[in-house]
Amino acid sequence: MTTVMEPTPQTDVYLPHPAVILETTPMTGNEMLFKIRSESGQPLNYKPGQFMQVSVPGYGEAPISIASSPTRHGPDTLEMVVRKVGSVTNALHQLGKGDRIGMRGPYGTNFPVYEPMRNRDALFVLGGIGSCPVRSAIQYVLDKREDYGEVTILLGSRRPADRLFVDELHEWKQREDVTVLETVDVADPSWGGQVGVITTLFSQVTVYPSRTVAIVCGPPVMYKFVLLELDKLKIPRDRIYMSLERHMRCGVGKCGHCQMEHIYVCQKGPVFNYADIAGIKEAI
Amino acid sequence: MIAKLVSQTDLDAWVDALIGEQTVYGPKAKGDRFSFDRLNASKDLRLDYDVSILPPKKYFHPQQETLMTFNKKGEFESVIERDPFVLFGVHPYDFVAIAQLDKLFEMDYPDAHYLARREAATVVVSDVQKASAEVFAGAAGFATVEHRKGYDLLITRLDDGSYVVDPRSPKGEKLMTGLKKAPDVDADGFRAREAVWARNREQLQKHKLKMKPDEIPGLLAANRDHPVWEEKAALCYSCGSCNLVCPTCYCFNVEDELNWDMETGRRTRTWDGCMLTHFATVAGDHNFRPKRAARYRHRYFRKGQYVHDMIGELSCVGCGRCITACTANIANPAEIFNRLLEEK
Repeated sequence: MTTVMEPTPQTDVYLPHPAVILETTPMTGNEMLFKIRSESGQPLNYKPGQFMQVSVPGYGEAPISIASSPTRHGPDTLEMVVRKVGSVTNALHQLGKGDRIGMRGPYGTNFPVYEPMRNRDALFVLGGIGSCPVRSAIQYVLDKREDYGEVTILLGSRRPADRLFVDELHEWKQREDVTVLETVDVADPSWGGQVGVITTLFSQVTVYPSRTVAIVCGPPVMYKFVLLELDKLKIPRDRIYMSLERHMRCGVGKCGHCQMEHIYVCQKGPVFNYADIAGIKEAI
Repeated sequence: MIAKLVSQTDLDAWVDALIGEQTVYGPKAKGDRFSFDRLNASKDLRLDYDVSILPPKKYFHPQQETLMTFNKKGEFESVIERDPFVLFGVHPYDFVAIAQLDKLFEMDYPDAHYLARREAATVVVSDVQKASAEVFAGAAGFATVEHRKGYDLLITRLDDGSYVVDPRSPKGEKLMTGLKKAPDVDADGFRAREAVWARNREQLQKHKLKMKPDEIPGLLAANRDHPVWEEKAALCYSCGSCNLVCPTCYCFNVEDELNWDMETGRRTRTWDGCMLTHFATVAGDHNFRPKRAARYRHRYFRKGQYVHDMIGELSCVGCGRCITACTANIANPAEIFNRLLEEK
């Protein structure tokens, strides 16, 4: 009789690979941009929207979205934005150029920058830290600008001091082939732009629902209201994509923490098509 | 080698010989209950146990294990345990649970830590001799495992006090080397074993299921908003005891521990439970399953639908441990499933 067990795999899926911090750029009081290179030089083969499990030895491991497009850096290099919220992310903020961390991945699904977004209009709706994973898709689209129709970016931050990628945002706003609308929930004297929640921007853009693919990412509370606006614009649900945050401990569909009803977000997400999860009550 | 008929005395002598040669774990008395532990002598082995406090899955998915070691220079090294051992006296429903974990840890991204321990083990299944107070493995379809693969030996105590020891794999045959002199089981012996199985399928039903196990996924899907979730969860302490004793729960947490030198350390994996309040909380303190009723429902949906969809069978094996462990007396899966059927 044969045994049902497969031979023990030679690779340990939980083992991080060494990576080096090439550069750190403070973005706000809480968020820092890291440029990281895999020490082995092996291509990371990531796509916009995927995430990595990042390790700081002694502090643990945390899932962090990739914030850069594979079109931007070498195949072994990526950028991610880390917000100081837990022990691992606080530890990361103590590190700098030349320091070594652990990294494994990429994991999860990606934004639809290939199909079905190619040759269509791209609408990006981002709130707060949600702009980090979407930045990878925006960079990708801008680097292959001729492959896409209209590109529109709607961006909301809580306060002016919370704005991320300020310089890059300025560049996007200067471009004639991109429409960028930005708002903050609460202004301060430094702020000369729009004030109000992100949904107030929708009435200011022209969207052609039949040729638009939308990507949404933001804090949990944002989805409910933004999805209502997208419904009002008559964008079909199967052309709305969103990236959902969950507590991923393992990243490989085992630990159970990220499960949303029957769906392991680390496997079937974090990027979901709205039509696929519209019936999942734990999703939003 | 074919099945052997073994007396109690010969069984004891064989077990003692095994203990002399290798690491053997089996059910032992612990107060007035039973627990799987390292065996030092055959007299400690209690194959007449009703149910163990913790399921034997702990030998493959331990309460806590070291996944890897590291140093502050950022070097990580896997720790994979491959020491061979014998797991003696696993009840059929607990073996079903192990077989389910085999699939779950194998799928998509194979888990080297679990699979190495599993590969290193020789698993001896023992048919139930005494039904526990809350067992319903018979109702779930997991009272016996004669048609299943993946274990190495099957031991059945017949009514005359002798044992049928049946090899189920080359590893099992090797383990039986010490029983060569015992007589082969004849037709009467096999008939007597069939009778034990038939009786167990009937008697391991302290709770009945009023539906076929395969109907449970559909029943749950149709009853997401049933009042039973709120009603039972109102009494739930979110203590996670049901998770802790469950043979098919496998959720875990991962943490780093630094050694005293502050330079080296280990990354550990520890059992976690979806009934605990902060199971789905992310950094920044947002809890994606903050309500007790949602956590309570999630557990039953996992057992009855979500994991069922992944592996093709009910992921509650009917051991009844959660019923015993729950201080609020709300954790009887059979009662929940029956309620859903009766109060559609």
